[in-house]
Amino acid sequence: MAEHPNQLEVEPAGFALARERSAGGPSRKGALLDRRPGAATRFFTHPVTLRIVSAAALCLAWQWAGTVPISPAFPTFTETMAALWAMLADGSLFAAFAITLQPLLIGLVVSAILGVAVGVAMGLDERAEWFASPIFIVAQAAPLAALIPLIVFAYGIGLTSKTLVVCIMAMPVIVLNSFAAVRHTPVSLTEMGRSFLAPRRKVISRIILPAASPVIFAGLRLGCASGFIGAILAELLITPTGVGDIITYSRSIADYPSMYAAILSIIVFSVVFIEAIEQAEVILFRPEKRASP
Amino acid sequence: MNAPIALTAARPVTDSVVEVRNLDKIYAGTVQALKDITVDFPRGQLTSLLGPSGCGKTTLLKIIAGLLPASAGEVRVNGKVVSGPGPERAFVFQDFALMPWASVIKNVTFGLEMRGMAKAEREEIARRSIARVGLAGFENRYPHELSGGMRQRVGLARALCVDADVVMMDEPFSAVDEQNRRKFQEELLTLVAQEKKTFIFVTHSIEEAVYVSDRIVLLSPRPGRIAEIIEPDINRDGDTEAIRRHPVYLDTVDAIWYSLKTYLD
Repeated sequence: MAEHPNQLEVEPAGFALARERSAGGPSRKGALLDRRPGAATRFFTHPVTLRIVSAAALCLAWQWAGTVPISPAFPTFTETMAALWAMLADGSLFAAFAITLQPLLIGLVVSAILGVAVGVAMGLDERAEWFASPIFIVAQAAPLAALIPLIVFAYGIGLTSKTLVVCIMAMPVIVLNSFAAVRHTPVSLTEMGRSFLAPRRKVISRIILPAASPVIFAGLRLGCASGFIGAILAELLITPTGVGDIITYSRSIADYPSMYAAILSIIVFSVVFIEAIEQAEVILFRPEKRASP
Repeated sequence: MNAPIALTAARPVTDSVVEVRNLDKIYAGTVQALKDITVDFPRGQLTSLLGPSGCGKTTLLKIIAGLLPASAGEVRVNGKVVSGPGPERAFVFQDFALMPWASVIKNVTFGLEMRGMAKAEREEIARRSIARVGLAGFENRYPHELSGGMRQRVGLARALCVDADVVMMDEPFSAVDEQNRRKFQEELLTLVAQEKKTFIFVTHSIEEAVYVSDRIVLLSPRPGRIAEIIEPDINRDGDTEAIRRHPVYLDTVDAIWYSLKTYLD
């Protein structure tokens, strides 16, 4: 992330130079020193500016599509925001999140701990790989919606089933990423550990796990994104509760702004949650990323 | 090639740190990488393992390091048979093998930490070792902030600070640019002269081997065997620059090239 500002600043500098040339400006000695982009260029190419512009463009397109309208069931951005504000003001959205977050957080914590543990074990030991990899490859490929009736049959319609759906969605990608990350530790790094007399458990804790952590965390972010989908899917397909209930109920009474507001709220929450995982990774495990200027 | 080549035959080794006896290495049950290797590495000298690619020179080094098991034969270090890595041996890796998440000082202290040394003491030793390789002031930098040459200096500092009798280097300068490589080679000579250590150096560069080595073990490929042992009679005490113009240096490079040429397809 830290390299982006530089790349973005270098690009327009080249453009500015090209413009100067095409305009036939006089060539001066020391012109190289003047290649720094101007304040305006730097403002318009700053990552934060670009992100805000991107979000604004999306909202405008949404607003336009709603006013056309592309479908009577598609509300405008402002209508959705009004509905969102109403749900925030009367506290119904918070109540819904409190319900939805139960299976979601339990499922994600279980998936993260168990998934990383199983994936790392598979990466370290071939017997564990042979035993566990078929389960998770099948689980990743399985059509979850078709399996939900089976889960309901076995575990009922309560918290257990919904947590299980979150786990089935989140765990395979966490396991398979952790496995691949451990398996692809550079050989010279583990040889380095052995040749400097690190015992096996130190090679694992000091070399293999830190080397694997970027890919393990990539798996955790993907797994959490899938887990969010799983939680909503469970609420739509098993029993309507929490945010899933707002979505289902609003649709049934044709209150589309509320329905979209609920969907938007879960997307925003998901993005913030995943961003938080990324920040936690950098703070806890990647000192070299913080150190770079 | 009218002039007689001024090489001395290998002298009998009186005190060898590392003894390799009848070593075989067979990969995956079929590929014979090394066959019947018997060689001694004299104490306090720099011995190079030189040969074309596929001659098993890195395999031999890793067996001596205890990173790979031998299929037959044995390696003795200070008279004791090797069964794995040991505190009397340190390794410098071709690709540096630095931990990207750890600062220079953390990388250098790794070996001392694994030996159970207290933090203050190991950092003190590491600082001296880092200064020794010319990286003072870079202790808290991270590997990605350093150039290739500087990264290998970190790898060298890590190997020096554990104070092993034998320092093994696997093509240490092959990932470093040409100008830095020449500088490294000169500094290596100073290092060998000053440190009372034995160096085992793997390279595929004839010039590099002749420039830095007291003794060159020439390996032939598929399966790797010892073709020749050469001790170039060059006085390295004086000007390090002069070595590259020394007639023995030039003749030895030529002679090795003539014998290696027959192994290339």
